[in-house]
Amino acid sequence: MANRYFRPDNLNDALAALAEGDLVRAAGCTDLLAATERKSLPGDVLDLTGITALRGISQTDNQMRIGGGTTWTDIIRADLPAAFDGLKLAAREVGSVQIQNRGTIAGNLCNASPAADGVPPLLTLDAVVELSSLRGVRQLPLAEFITGPRQIALEPDEVLTAVLVPVAATGGSSHFLKLGARKYLVISIAMTAARIVVEDGVVSEAALAVGSCGPVATRLPEAETVLIGAPLDPTRITDAIVKGALSPIDDVRADAEYRQTSAAELVRRTLAHFVESAEVAA
Amino acid sequence: MNKHSPMISFTVGGASRSVTADPARRLSEVLRDDLNLKSVKIGCDAGDCGACTVLVDGEQQCACLTMAGQVAGRQVETLETAGGNEIPRLQQSFLAHGAAQCGICTPGMLMAGAELLRRSANPSVAEVEDALGGVLCRCTGYAKIIDAVVNAHSVKELEAPPEAGASVGARLPRLDGGPKVDGTESFGADHRPAGSLLVRAIRSPHFHASFKIGDLEAWTPKGVSGVITAADIKGENSFGVIPPLADQPALAENAARFLGEAVALIVGEPEVVEALDLTAFPITWMPLPHEITQAAAGAPGAPQLHDHRPDNTLIRGRVASGDTDAALGAAAHTVTGSVETSYVEHAYIEPEAGAAWMDGDVLVIQACTQAPVMDRDDTAKVLGLSHDCVRIIPAAAGGGFGAKLDLSVQPLLGLAVLKTGQPCHMVWSRTESMLASTKRHPGSLTATIGADVDGRITAMKVHGEFNTGAYSSWGPTVATRVPVHASGPYLTPNYLATSRAVHSNGPTSGAFRGFGVPQAAIAQETLYDELAKACGKDRLEFRRLNALNDGDTTPCGQVLQGVGIAECLDTLRPDWERALREATLHNTADKVKRRGVGVASCWYGCGNTALPNPSTIRLGLTTDGALRIHQGATDIGQGANTVITQIAADALGLPVDQFELIGPDTFLTPDCGKTSASRQTYITGKAAELSGKALRAAILRMTNAGDDARLALTGGKIVVEDGGISEIDLSALPQDDLGYALSAEETYDPPTTTLDENGQGTPYAVYGYGAQIAELEVDMKLGTTKVIRITAAHDLGKVINPLLAEGQIEGGIAQGLGLALMEEFLPGRTNNLHDYLIPTIGDMPAIKSILIEKPDPEGPMGAKGLGEHVLIPTAPAILNAIRHATGAKVTKVPALPHRVLAAIKAIR
Repeated sequence: MANRYFRPDNLNDALAALAEGDLVRAAGCTDLLAATERKSLPGDVLDLTGITALRGISQTDNQMRIGGGTTWTDIIRADLPAAFDGLKLAAREVGSVQIQNRGTIAGNLCNASPAADGVPPLLTLDAVVELSSLRGVRQLPLAEFITGPRQIALEPDEVLTAVLVPVAATGGSSHFLKLGARKYLVISIAMTAARIVVEDGVVSEAALAVGSCGPVATRLPEAETVLIGAPLDPTRITDAIVKGALSPIDDVRADAEYRQTSAAELVRRTLAHFVESAEVAA
Repeated sequence: MNKHSPMISFTVGGASRSVTADPARRLSEVLRDDLNLKSVKIGCDAGDCGACTVLVDGEQQCACLTMAGQVAGRQVETLETAGGNEIPRLQQSFLAHGAAQCGICTPGMLMAGAELLRRSANPSVAEVEDALGGVLCRCTGYAKIIDAVVNAHSVKELEAPPEAGASVGARLPRLDGGPKVDGTESFGADHRPAGSLLVRAIRSPHFHASFKIGDLEAWTPKGVSGVITAADIKGENSFGVIPPLADQPALAENAARFLGEAVALIVGEPEVVEALDLTAFPITWMPLPHEITQAAAGAPGAPQLHDHRPDNTLIRGRVASGDTDAALGAAAHTVTGSVETSYVEHAYIEPEAGAAWMDGDVLVIQACTQAPVMDRDDTAKVLGLSHDCVRIIPAAAGGGFGAKLDLSVQPLLGLAVLKTGQPCHMVWSRTESMLASTKRHPGSLTATIGADVDGRITAMKVHGEFNTGAYSSWGPTVATRVPVHASGPYLTPNYLATSRAVHSNGPTSGAFRGFGVPQAAIAQETLYDELAKACGKDRLEFRRLNALNDGDTTPCGQVLQGVGIAECLDTLRPDWERALREATLHNTADKVKRRGVGVASCWYGCGNTALPNPSTIRLGLTTDGALRIHQGATDIGQGANTVITQIAADALGLPVDQFELIGPDTFLTPDCGKTSASRQTYITGKAAELSGKALRAAILRMTNAGDDARLALTGGKIVVEDGGISEIDLSALPQDDLGYALSAEETYDPPTTTLDENGQGTPYAVYGYGAQIAELEVDMKLGTTKVIRITAAHDLGKVINPLLAEGQIEGGIAQGLGLALMEEFLPGRTNNLHDYLIPTIGDMPAIKSILIEKPDPEGPMGAKGLGEHVLIPTAPAILNAIRHATGAKVTKVPALPHRVLAAIKAIR
């Protein structure tokens, strides 16, 4: 039995409880309960799912705000700009429908699996996390929040209350590809996300990210640079450019060498999707 | 802060319910234990299997990943409590389509299906796959589940059951299907006697380690009734499915030989025992050297598992005929190759579970199993009890596939009940199940096959090294079956096949659908493609040319009759030609995703290899007019309860729906042996046929009626119509020794012989045959494989029930596909269903089943076995198709993307 279980309906009560002592911050529990053989979630539990204000997507003048308690199903169903298509595709790949109905965006980021489906598309959206505590609210770029496998820059008294996407990063269109050994319920071998803005026939913005190919998902700055200023051409992405940005491991799903070459191929295919879409549109 | 509120209120199926429970407890536990909603099945506690899928505010969720406190004020629906008309329609459709086999995944499938139907009443296949993608099924191959959901909107009333004499061959929905679709089926974890204590095991965290148990008295917490170690075992602490080689302790003594081996039990109040941190148990481990592969454990100097088995060799197998070396030397063409296969986990959705209690002097064990009488004998031996003091009542088995042939919870429950005097229950976690259950043997096989200038096989030489793990289990069966079958169903005049079962500190390898033959078929069938090429022949034609025919002699010296492999291959020819044409056409246009086509065959002997394995069926008519069949064969989803009854019905001449099923239960049913070796339809079916005929003969004798008389059972009377009409008033007859007015009990044991030192003899009386074509696409840059279609032709001799036969084929193909493409159990690394992958609903190809009926002279009404045959050709057909698509030969399965890509790169 959990020692204590607290399910507040507002953030202040939650933050006050966290300020008093160490609590397991729980939401969808799709990672927390999967990680224990016990029949109850161990520890003193702070259940954040009673706080309705943490769930939902809203837009202000300068940013999109995705509440930390927003589920993947919420994201799939939301009316969002094309730049979020990659995030929606990733949402459909999170576990199964059962998982998507429970799992939250904050949980996905705080679990910090190197294979977290949500991270690559959020990196292409220049996502920032909002971390709240009684001490105040701070923001941290996603890339600085996830510091390693299962490692995050979250203080014990903080809650990841929202993921913020600056409007400046919501241009263009986006796409996501996941490579796994089966169709559903699969942890990826590699995955890629891309957001591309094309103006007057040339790429003006390019954001590329790869997951499952290193301790944390990563952007590919060098690959992005080679795309800018020219018509979109996936073949500009060489194996070498991608390989240099990754540090994969051998595991039960694939070996490191395979991850490097397949990631490069996936990046090219992610980009080819835009070319094909444009051809269809034309 | 004291916000702990033990009362949680929510709505279940429209009714308000309040439970006092830990709010951080898994909802699945609360629904099952506090609200007795047992349709919520627990397969993994990790969201990997979806068996616990329920609807929360109309959305499908895994109850195991939901804290009970999170549904406060919300609407929860389970299979028993769901509203709307979707569930009744789906239930009817699942029955009609044969979509439930073992039934353990069925509640989860139905709930996911109900969610879909509420938003899309007439869904597409793609919608069904997306909606049901989170629920795993290990039996059906998903095809019939998809059909059932797609067609749920238009499901008709079930057809009336067939009339007398028309049961065999009917597309009859399973007779035991009702409880599988309404959630009332009682699996191992579902029956818990009042006051039952919980049993948990302390397991080895090392592959090989000696241990010393510390001060138990000082450790034992309040509420724990007993701690049991090997010292408590009164009988012989050594079990095994092959008694002369029994070597596995119920609880290890002094040293554990594999990761997860049980060394002690803790029994006590469920809430106390469940909450224990087992890592605090007082035990000191002293790790010892270990090896977990056959190559390392079989090498000189490797750590020895058992003193009396030098070189870690459990057993060797051998079949030899002709002069193989000379024939290979003289062959016009020879090919040689090696393949490696991995540990494969059975991954039934139901982890091992059961309960036990005392009924007077009798220990009753109700647990999931495939082999009740073997369980009784081995459990009695461990506990030091006589056979008549142990009663085994098989719980419904949520899948088995071979691993539930071995003892699991049975002796542990027995020890706990004898120690405490209380009823006890034990439910393994998914991790425990994957650690402690048996696996498919990893194999390293090397073969050379020769052919003459005309493309006829002249000789084959093959050796297989099999990792049999820590204990003997079914290792000897694999070592014997492989040499008998490694030629495939092809005439091979000169033959030398040898095998060796090697002990290692890996998990114990046991029985898994095919007993090593699927591994051997990979070696042989992939080489056949090379040999066909060397001979300049089409791959299907090459196989057809060499296919066994009636009157041919096997490598064991057995002359065969009723051989249907040629018919299987012939019937595949149009699909073969179409598939090759389509692949060629596709590949001219697409250079990245290349199509390939492969074919492979199987043969498989039904029943124990060269050993007696009788089955006995009892039929009885009660004085009040009930017709009972005592059927001791466990139905683990494959359909024995239906098929055996169909055979008995036609042999007797009464309609199948008049039979009342008794058993299995070792106190109520005669021994029908184990559900393995594809033996139940043939052997128990034959006993049912004999029994039905015997009862019929008795009735005809009593009424002086002829063989063609028609029988009816009505109003407590048997009505015999044979020109005139005569009646037998059952109530007027005295009860016989078995308690019936009329009864018959017949036994059938296949006419086999032992095998000599060269494997010569008659290992089986009946064989089944089959061949499959795989069509697939390989991504040349990513190495991924998508199987598009499997065309499967199987010779069943006589099709007893086409609906169930198709279900076996589709399910076998799913497991064959997993073996080929994704399943690799890495000891200590993949003890869950997210690192160990089995096919999901989205991974299955279209499947076309073609049922061939070449009657067997021995089988009941000509029938042959099918259950294991169906997965044997799948993996080699897939590997052959991958090579056809890419030119690359993958020599280790599973053909994971990185292995396929490496093979492609290797030939560039």
